Amino acid sequence: MSKMAPPEEVMNVDYTTPAEAWMDVKPEFKLGNYSYPGKPEVLKYLGLPNPRVWNPTEEDWKLPPDWKEIITEGFRELLGKYRSLKVFMDVCVRCGACADKCHFYIGSGDPKNMPVLRAELLRSIYRGDFTMAGKILGKLAGARKLEEDVIKEWFMYFYQCTQCRRCSLFCPYGIDTAEITFLARDLMNRIGVNINWILEPAANCNRTGNHLGIQPHAFKDMMDFLVDDIETITGRRVEPTFHRKGAEILFITPSGDIFAEPGIYTFMGYLLLFDYLDLDVTWSTYASEGGNFGSFMNDKWMKKLNAKMYAEAKRLGVKYIIGGECGHMWRVLNQFMDTMNGPADFLEVPKSPITGTVFDNARSTKMIHLVEFTADLIRNNKLKLDKSRNAGMVATWHDSCNTSRGMGFFDEPRYVLENVVEKFVDMPTQTIREQTFCCGGGAGLNNGEFTDMRLRGGLPRGNALQYVQQKFGVNTMSCICAIDRATLPGLADYWAPGVKVTGLHELVGNALVFDDEEQERTMNLRQEDLPGIEGEDE
Amino acid sequence: MAGLVTALMAVVALAAAAALGAQAGMAGVFGIAVPYVAVAIFVAGFIKKVIGWASTPQPFSIATTGGQQYSQPWVKQAKFDNPSTPGQTFVRMALEVLCFRSLFRNTKLDNRPAEGRVGYGSDKSLWLFALMFHYCFLIVFVRHFRFFLEPVPMAITGVEFVDSILQIGVPTLYLTDVFFVVGVSFLLARRIWDPKVNYISLASDYFPLFLILAIALSGIYMRYFAKVDVIAIKQLAFGLVSFKPVIPPNVDWSFYMHFFLVCVLWAYFPFSKLMHLGGVFLSPTRNLPNNTRMVRYINPWNDPSIKPHSYEEYENDFREKMIEAGLPVDKEA
Repeated sequence: MSKMAPPEEVMNVDYTTPAEAWMDVKPEFKLGNYSYPGKPEVLKYLGLPNPRVWNPTEEDWKLPPDWKEIITEGFRELLGKYRSLKVFMDVCVRCGACADKCHFYIGSGDPKNMPVLRAELLRSIYRGDFTMAGKILGKLAGARKLEEDVIKEWFMYFYQCTQCRRCSLFCPYGIDTAEITFLARDLMNRIGVNINWILEPAANCNRTGNHLGIQPHAFKDMMDFLVDDIETITGRRVEPTFHRKGAEILFITPSGDIFAEPGIYTFMGYLLLFDYLDLDVTWSTYASEGGNFGSFMNDKWMKKLNAKMYAEAKRLGVKYIIGGECGHMWRVLNQFMDTMNGPADFLEVPKSPITGTVFDNARSTKMIHLVEFTADLIRNNKLKLDKSRNAGMVATWHDSCNTSRGMGFFDEPRYVLENVVEKFVDMPTQTIREQTFCCGGGAGLNNGEFTDMRLRGGLPRGNALQYVQQKFGVNTMSCICAIDRATLPGLADYWAPGVKVTGLHELVGNALVFDDEEQERTMNLRQEDLPGIEGEDE
Repeated sequence: MAGLVTALMAVVALAAAAALGAQAGMAGVFGIAVPYVAVAIFVAGFIKKVIGWASTPQPFSIATTGGQQYSQPWVKQAKFDNPSTPGQTFVRMALEVLCFRSLFRNTKLDNRPAEGRVGYGSDKSLWLFALMFHYCFLIVFVRHFRFFLEPVPMAITGVEFVDSILQIGVPTLYLTDVFFVVGVSFLLARRIWDPKVNYISLASDYFPLFLILAIALSGIYMRYFAKVDVIAIKQLAFGLVSFKPVIPPNVDWSFYMHFFLVCVLWAYFPFSKLMHLGGVFLSPTRNLPNNTRMVRYINPWNDPSIKPHSYEEYENDFREKMIEAGLPVDKEA
C-alpha cells in the first residue's frame, strides 16, 4: 500500500476527461489500485483453470494459449443463460445518468469507473463478436477486438466495482452493473484472472465453513472467549450450543462477527439477546459463514457455498433459520437462495416463539433477518431496553448496499436503533436508504493492498459521515453488514476521525436489561466504562 | 469528436442522396421500394431481437429496490418502488415506461473540495427533456396516421386539434414540432457539452440524434416552407399501406428526403440502442417483484448436481479436534 494523502487532498478529485478516446487509454497498475492475484494452490483447490504465479504489473499475465476462444465461448454461454446480460448489453443509450453515481468514480475521477463505461468494457467486445452492426461497422458501432489489454482493463475495473448497485437505481432501464461485474468476473475466472482475497476466503468457506479458515475447535474457543467476556461485563454465563439437533432455530451470521473488532461486540449482542429470550437456537461451525464469497466468483460457487445453510438446517432438523447482520449474505439469501437451493420444504414458516408473529415475508425461504426479528420484539414490548447504557452516543445509520438495493430493508433497523440509543440522526438524504453509498469494501475488495483505492471510494460515505459529525456531533455509525464493520472503521478513521462503528445488536446487547440482573452494568460490551458510572467514581 | 463528425456526415449524405435521387427521377425507389424494405427490416429485426431476449432465461430474480420492503403490517411498504406483487410491479413498470421514474430521481455530483463537502443536487433536466422528446415523438408519430387512414379517426384529429391550439401561422404550428426539436437538441447539446457524456459517446449515439433531428427539420421544412402537396402525399402513403403503390406527380423532393430518412430510422432501429424501446420492458431489475423470500423463483438451468461440501466430509476432516473441543459429532472416532 502506498502512503495515503490526507483527505483534503484526496477530496480534490480531477474529473476532467482524458484527451484520448477511452479505448486508447491503457490501465495502469499501481500499488493500491488493484488486488493481488489468486494463489495457484487456491485455484487448484477450487478447481479453477490456469493456476500460476503472475503479477498484474508485469507485461506477461501468462494467459492460457487459447484464452480468446475461452472468453468468446464463455461469453456466448452466459448470453444464453442470462437474459439480464443480453438486455443490458443491448439497451444502454449512454445517457450518463449513472456516470456520477459510483463511489469509485466520485473518489477517483477515473472515467472508466463510470458504470456506463465499466459496462462498455464488456459491451464493446459483445458488439464486436456477437452483433452484426459491430461486425460490419467496427469502432463506429462501439465495437473492438478482444486483445490482452482488454482483459487487463477488465481485471482493473471489474475488481474496482463493489457490486453496490447504486448505479442501477438511477438507470432508466435498470441496468445493473453488479450483474455485469459478476458475469465479467465469471469470464475472467475461466482463464485464471482473479484475485486472491475472493478465492482464498471462498476456499476456506468450503472446507472449514467460514472465510477465515477457522477450524471448528478454534471457532468454539473464540466463542468461549466471548462468553467469558459477557460474564465479565454482565455477570451472566450465556450458554450457546453447537450442532444441537432438534433445536428450533439455526443461527448463521458472517464469521467476521466472531473474529474481529467491532464485529465481536455484535456477536456478543446476539448471544445476550438469545439468552434473554431463552431462545431455542443453535449454532453451527460447519455452516458458520453468512457471507458468500462465491457470489464474487460465479454462479456455481455462489450456489455451492450457499447450499450449506439449508443442508445444515436439514441435518439438524431445525424449524427455520435466522441470519445475522450481513450484506452480501442477504443479497444472496433474499434474491437467490430459494432459487438455487430450495425449496426449503423441510422447514417451517418462521414464527417468533416470543411474539407469535408469523414472518409471512419469508414463507418460502424460511429464513429471516435478526433485525426483523428484533424489531418485532421491540414492537411487541418484549424487550426491556435501557437507552442510557448507550448514553453519550449520537448515532447515525449506514444502510448497507445489499440490504438496501437488494431487499429494501430500511425502517426495521432504524426502528431498532431508535429504541436503543438516545439520539439518532440520519446522514443527508441523497446518501442514505436506497441512495446509500458503499463502504468501498464490498464484493471482495476489503483487502489490505486495495486500501488506497478503497479510501478514495469511501469519499461519499466518509464525507456524509463527516457532515453529521460536524453538524450534529455524531460519534457512532451503526450498520448491519460484516464488510461494513470491517471497512467502515478505517474509513471513519480517515474521513471522520472519532466516529466509531458498531453493529446494531451490539447496541441492543448494551441496552438489554435482564430481570434477574445480578451485577450492575458498569461497562458496555467493549468493556468501556458506561458514561455516568465513571463520573460517580470521581 | 470523430464519432460526432462521422454521424453528422452520414446523415447529411443520406439526406443528400434522397434529395438528389428524387430529383433525378428515382421517386419509385424512395417512395416505394425503400419503405417496403425498411419496414420489413424493422418488423423482422424488432421481433427477432425481442424474441432473442425473451427466450433467454432469467436465472435469478434481481429486482433493484427503491424503498421499504414488504415486511410486518406496521412497517409501511414502498409499494411501487419495492413491489412484492405482480400488480405493484405492473405499476412500477408503468411509472418507469410512462413517466421515466428512475430518471426523475437523477442527481448531480457537486464536489466542492474547497468547502470540504460533496453534494448531490437534484438534476431533473435530462428527465424533463427526455420526456419532452419522447412524448412529442409519440404525438408526431400518431399525427402521421392521418396520411394512412381514411376516414381519419376522431382520436387523431383530436390530437391534431390540441397540438395546434395556439393557431400560429399558416399552416398552423404544431406545438410538438417545436418541443420535439427542443428536446432532441437538448439531448444532442448535452452529449457535446457535458464532458462525461461526451467521453462515453459513440458515433452510434450521435447518429440517431442527427437522424431524428434531420427528420424533424425536413418535416418542418416541407410543412411550413415548401408547403408540399398534402393530397398527393396522402395518395402515396395510402398506396403503400393498401399495397397498391403509386407515385403521384407534384410531390416535392423534400418529401422524399424526409421519407427516406424515416425509412433509414426504421431499418436502423433493430440494430441499435434505439431498441431500448423494447428492452425497457424486459429489464429484470425493474419488471420482477421483490418477493423472492415469499415465492420461489425458478431458474430453468439450476444445476442440482452442485452440492455443498458435505457435513460428513467436514466432520471426517475435523472429527478428532471437534471431539476434543466438546463439539457434538455424528460419528464417534
